[in-house]
This record gives sequence, C-alpha cells and structure tokens, in this order.
Amino acid sequence: MEILLALMTGVLYAAGIYMILRRSLVKLILGLILLGNGVNLLIFLLGGITKGKPPVIPDGPAVLGEVFAAPLPQALILTAIVISFGLQSFAIVLIKRAYKVVKTDDLDEMNTTDENA
Amino acid sequence: MLLAVLSGFIFALLLVPFGKVLKGKWSILLSILPLALFIFFLQKIPQVIDGAILERNQWVPQLGINLDFNLDGLSLIFALMITGVGTMVFIYTSYYLKGHVYLDRFFGFLCLFMGAMLGLVLSENLITLFLFWELTSISSFFLIGFNNEDPASRKSALIALSVTGLGGLCLLAAGLVIHGITDSFSIVDMLQSSTMMQDHSFFMAVVCLIFGAAFTKSAQFPFHFWLPGAMKAPTPVSTYLHSATMVKAGIYLLFRLSPAFSGSELWHYSLWCVGGATMVYAAFQTLFRDDLKSILAYSTVSALGILVFLIGLGTEEAMLAGLVFLLVHALYKATLFLMTGIIDHAAHTRNVSELSGLRKVMLPVAVAGFLAALSNAGIPPSFGFIGKDLIYEASLHTGVFPLISTVALVSTNVMLLFAGFLAGVRPFIGPLPTKYKDLQAGSPRLWVPTLILATLCLVIGLAPGLISNSLIAPALVALGIQDYALDLKLWHGFNTVLALSATTIGLGLGLFFLLKPSLNREEQMLKWEKYSPLAFFEGMGSLTFRFSTLWTGMVQNGYLRNYILVILLFLMALIGYGMWGNFHPKIDFTQLLDLTFYETGIMAIMLGAIVFTVFTGSRLTAVAAMGVVGYSLCLLFVFYSAPDLAMTQFAIDTLTVILFVLVLYRLPKYLPFSDSRVRVRDGIVALGFGGMITLLALGVLSDPMVSEVSEYYSANAYKLAKGKNVVNVILVDFRGMDTLVEITVLVIAALGVFGLMKLRLKSRERIR
Repeated sequence: MEILLALMTGVLYAAGIYMILRRSLVKLILGLILLGNGVNLLIFLLGGITKGKPPVIPDGPAVLGEVFAAPLPQALILTAIVISFGLQSFAIVLIKRAYKVVKTDDLDEMNTTDENA
Repeated sequence: MLLAVLSGFIFALLLVPFGKVLKGKWSILLSILPLALFIFFLQKIPQVIDGAILERNQWVPQLGINLDFNLDGLSLIFALMITGVGTMVFIYTSYYLKGHVYLDRFFGFLCLFMGAMLGLVLSENLITLFLFWELTSISSFFLIGFNNEDPASRKSALIALSVTGLGGLCLLAAGLVIHGITDSFSIVDMLQSSTMMQDHSFFMAVVCLIFGAAFTKSAQFPFHFWLPGAMKAPTPVSTYLHSATMVKAGIYLLFRLSPAFSGSELWHYSLWCVGGATMVYAAFQTLFRDDLKSILAYSTVSALGILVFLIGLGTEEAMLAGLVFLLVHALYKATLFLMTGIIDHAAHTRNVSELSGLRKVMLPVAVAGFLAALSNAGIPPSFGFIGKDLIYEASLHTGVFPLISTVALVSTNVMLLFAGFLAGVRPFIGPLPTKYKDLQAGSPRLWVPTLILATLCLVIGLAPGLISNSLIAPALVALGIQDYALDLKLWHGFNTVLALSATTIGLGLGLFFLLKPSLNREEQMLKWEKYSPLAFFEGMGSLTFRFSTLWTGMVQNGYLRNYILVILLFLMALIGYGMWGNFHPKIDFTQLLDLTFYETGIMAIMLGAIVFTVFTGSRLTAVAAMGVVGYSLCLLFVFYSAPDLAMTQFAIDTLTVILFVLVLYRLPKYLPFSDSRVRVRDGIVALGFGGMITLLALGVLSDPMVSEVSEYYSANAYKLAKGKNVVNVILVDFRGMDTLVEITVLVIAALGVFGLMKLRLKSRERIR
C-alpha cells in the first residue's frame, strides 16, 4: 500500500507544480491546494500508516495498545490543513479583488507596479 | 585622552539639538573646542619628550579590540596639526559661511571629522584605527558634498568616498592579516615583531594592503584623482581635510608602520616609485591649471608624493626631512587655501588669469599669501627653506639612485615653486582692475587666522629651536630613530645643498615670470583627460552599473514562474546529488497483494480527479475536481486510522470549494496563455519533481522508523492530560500554545478576507 501512496504523493506534487507554473492566477491557487494535499499525504505516509487503529485510548486502560497509528504526524497535518485553508481563502478573495482592479488574471501583466506598463 | 578624542563626537551630537542657537554670530564660540584641545596637547609636550603616553580603555576585550591610545612624538605632531589648523579653520568658517542655512550641520561634520582624525592618529589598536579611518572618509564625504544641490559636488563626494572607502577596506584586511601573524591588534606589539612579520609568507599581502590604504587616502598616483575633485567642497574643508590633515592620514600610517617594514625592498622601492611618480606628475599638472584651488590641489598631491618618496628612502635623514616637510606643508598650504577662500569670497572668481593687483585692497591677505609662497618656494629665512634643505640632503645621501632622486626632487620643487607663486603672489601683483576697486579683505575672522598661519611659516624658520626638541626629536624616537644629532638651522654654509636650493629658486622664479596662465594650455590638457585614471575609474563604475542592470534583468526578471522553476531545478539538483549512490530502497511488492478494492478504487478516483483538475478547460470542472481530490484524501485518512484528519479535511475542503464557487463568477475564463512547448517543459519538470518525491518517500520508508515523541504522547495523553483522543490532546494541551497562535493566524486571514470583500476603491485608484 505504501508504494501506491508514494506514487499518489508524487502525482499530487507533479500536478501541483505544473499548475503553479501556469500564468493564470486561478490555476496558481489550484496548484497550491494540490501541492498542499501532496505535502499532507507525504507527512502522513512517512509517519507510518496503520489500518483501523486510530490513536484513541479505549475505555478502561490508561494507555494505548501495542499497535496504533502515530498521533504526532496527524496532529501536524491537522494544523497544516487548517493553516492552508487560511492561506487559500485569502488568496481566493485576493485574486477576485485583483481581477476587479487590474482586469486580468495573467501573472505576466502583474509583474510591474507601473499602471501603464 | 579618551575624552579628547570623543569630545568632537560629543560636540557633533550636541549640535543636533542646539545647533540652531549657535548658528548666528555665536558660531565663533565653537572654535573653543579645537583651541582647548590644542592647548591640551601642547601641555603634553614635556611628558611626551620623556616617553610615550599609553592609555588603555577596554572596549571589546574578548576580540582584542580596545580604545587604546598612544600619544608619542609622531601622534603629537599630527594632533597639534589637527587641532591647531582646526582652530584657524573653525574661526575662519564662522565668517566664511556666515548665514548659511546649514552652518550648524557644517560645524557638526567638522567636529565629527576632528574627533575621528584625532582618534586615527592616537589609536594604538588596528581595528579602532580602521574605525576612525573610515569615519574620516565618511565625514569627508558629507563635507565635500556639502553643497548638496550641485550634482558635481555630489559626484565628487561619491568618488572620494568610494576611493578612500576602498582603501579603508584594505586597511581592515591588513589589520586582520597582521592579527593572524602577531596574534594581536596592538600597533606597538606589531612594531616589536618586525622580523616575524617580514619573514612571514603573508608579508607581501600585508604591505600591499597597507599601500592600498595609504595611497588611496593620501591621493597617490593612480588614485590621486579624487583629491582635485574634492575641491568642490567649501574652502575651509579643502584647507582642513584636503591639504592639512585628512590626506596626511595615509602618510601617518606609512610613518607609523615604517619601523616594522623598513629594510624590506618591497616597501622601500614601491614607496620610492609611487611617491616619485606622484610628485612629478602632479607638479607637472599644476602648470596647466588656472583655477586657484585646482593649482593648490595638484600641488598638495605633489607634496604628498614627496612625503611618500621620503618615507621610501627610509634613511634617518629622510625621515627627519619628512617630518619637517610635513609641518612646513601644513602651514603654507593651509595659508594658501584660506587666502584663496578670501579672494573667492570677495571677487567671486578663482581664476588666476583674471586676478591681479589685489594687494591694494586686501593687504593683510597679500602679506599672508606672500609669506606662504616664500615658505613654499623654500626661500630663506622661511621654514620652507629648512625643509627643502633637509630633503635635498636626504636625497643626496641616500643609497637609492641618489642622482635620479635628486633630479626628480629638484624638478618637482621648481614646478611647486611656480604653483606657489602663481597662487600666493600672482593675484596680488600688477595693476588692479577697476571691477575690483571696491573689494575688501572682509572680517578679521577671515584674514587673522590666515595671517597667523603665514607668520608661523616665517617664525619657525627664524627660530627652528621652537620645534626641534619639543616636536621633531620625540617624533624621531617614535619612528625608532634614537639619539639622532638633531640640528635644525637655516644656514648650513656653502655646499651642494645650498647650490641645489639656489638652482631651484632660480629656475622656479624664471618659470613664474615666463609662463603666464592661459586657457589654451588648460584646454590642451583636457584632451588627455580621457586617458586619465579618473576616466578609467568612472568607466569601471559605469561598466559595473551596466553589468548589474543586465544581471538583475536576468535573475530578477519579474516572472513568478521563472523564479519557481529555478528554485525547483536547483532543489532537484541538490536532492538528486544527495540521493545519488546512497539510494537503496527496499520495496516489498508483495504488499500490493493485500490491497482491497476500495483502496484501489479511491486511488483511481483520486488520480482521475487530479487529471481533470489539471487538464480541464472549465474553471467549474477544475474546482469540482479539486474538491473530489480533497474528498478522496479524506477517505484515505479514514482508512488509515486518522478520523480527526478526515473530519478536518472534509470540512475544509467543502469550505474551500464553496468559497471558490462564490467568487467564481467574478473570475475570468481560462485563456490559453502559454504555448505547447512551454507546457511540455513545465510538464517534464513537474513529473521529474513528483517522481523524485516518490523515490524519496520510498527511500525514507525503507528505513526503520523511530518515533519517541509519538510514543511519549500516547503514553501520557491520559495520565497527564486526561484525554483519550491523543491527536486532540496534542493539539489542545501539549501544544496548546501553538494551536492558539494558529487560531490567531486564521483570524488574521479572516479579517483580511473580510476587508478585501468589503473594500471599496476610490474612483481614481481604479484602472480605467
């Protein structure tokens, strides 16, 4: 299973980077989201994957059993998901605003501060 | 002594708030500072005769950098010159720039400069020496560019700063190399380990770096060009910095270090060559100038060349001649500059061919000019005569090409005599043009300092005993010359030296009466300007500028994707290099047999959604497909024991898609911006990077995983934090502060989103 997940991570990275290299701002943001998903999956994968053993202590014992999913990568990814949402929502609203002002989402026309250029 | 050095800085600081008060007629009060310092150093003379005064102040003892000051004979001569000429210049300035808007600023820079210069000549530590050295360059920059509305002034200031700043860096480097050899920044230590220095393999580097510092500061060929340019400064600055003190800093450095380097052929011959070339070249240049300050600037360069030349000769006689000539030059050149300033102030021209007969309207100035010219010419009984005698004596008795040395010196002196007479005598003789009938010498604050300096040229000549035992003898000791039979006097009897002096005076006066200043000669000279070192320096400057523009255009091209592409390729090269040869993943293909159909199914859906996101031509499809990718990821989290992640991912993904769709109708249609070749290139890079990540992940997975942190959290989640969901406990308890900060970030983002949604632009900010 790890092999497939590793492949999937690679595909997410490739797709994200390809989209980031486009000139359209919308595609840039889609690329960022895909790349973010790829990163989350990579951390998740490298933290070790376990099927059907969530890191929740059952009623009764005070500690987890022998086999369980590592909780730390999950905590990190949870943070990452939420933070990237903050970034994404801001970016989405920003391109909307930018488009309203400069009437383009072509990055090449936004690389100067001069209005007439 | 610390206070003496710092007083200049303190005054400069005090002038910031209180300058307005002192700007008016009270500005003359500021000259109390240099006068007090002058008296302070005067009363140190008896102590210095008995031996050098060393004062230690710790600053950064861990690095060996201390504000140690050493007042010996050599420092004392310089300190007296700095404060003495400083007093005259301060008094002079208070009238010369009377009513100037920035008079307080000007005095502030002057004080700063004086403090820095005193620190320079008193420093016993190479690093503090460097520090004060740079401070003089910086204050000089501000003073040259004082008329900051004049582009020529600004340009000259910049050239001076870059040349002397370059030299300053050489000095720093030299200090560090010397520290490497002697393990100390102390100058005294360095002078004592002279043999160790000279035998060291870095000796040549040290000497060259010291030359770099001294030659740039003291305007030696081919770095001399900044000094004539620096004459754009107001005349008091030219007097103070660019003839009497700052340009002598390089000379001071050479004098100071000469005991450590003497005996080395590299040291002596280089100084001999450079000093000789400078003195002849610059003296020759004076023949072609008709601007008073220009003449004086080149004659200053020439005099500095003579000093370097004498240090190069390196004999005891040469050192003595150097020390005496140092004083001679400071006195007469300061006088001539101050005199020029008075003429310029009154007649509004500095062109010698226009000035004549001024003695009738400004007699005291004429007297001062005449005395200075006498001393410059070395005509007895002036102080200059003693200096010139000593120089000739030194060159006749030297072991280094005595004939060439003497001829070079005589010809230099002939031309310098011409220059001195041109500046100090010519404006005052002949008929007075009617347009100058109403000129006046101006306030005594202008001509009294000038006359004082001029009188000193004569007084010391008549009574050399004033300085011989008090100043010159301790300075010789400081240079490592003990028990020298010092006998300064005017009359040495009839000998070769006297004959040489007479020849010089005769030829110089002949030149003065034959050669009239003319515009024609100056124009001819200008034709050669494009081959001068200045033109070369400026060419280098514009070349650097063109290159950096080109380079910036290449590296900072303003296209986001190019930056990302460069970063990615570099990262790939770096990681690829690291993985090369060390990469042995153990891939167990049998695990693929355990796959369930829902795992493979989700993977297939995810893959399809990714392909859709990337290649679809519709924005709505792309956003929806992106949502599908997120939901698939969410399901993967469910399969692999991460319920919290699944829930978060689900919520966030839904919100993102909703937000996207909400603003989507505002967004433009997809347009095919790039051609297929670019797309193929990007595709290759993207696939390469993705493939590398896959390989990296596989490589990491084949190593056994140790997760002590996870185990700690699992073991203590319930014990310490009383929570059963370990992930949640980590977030809200163990790393609760992180989560708080994260929430803050989200709030800021939310405020930003809200602000951008509600923002209404004013009509002029919109693009029409």
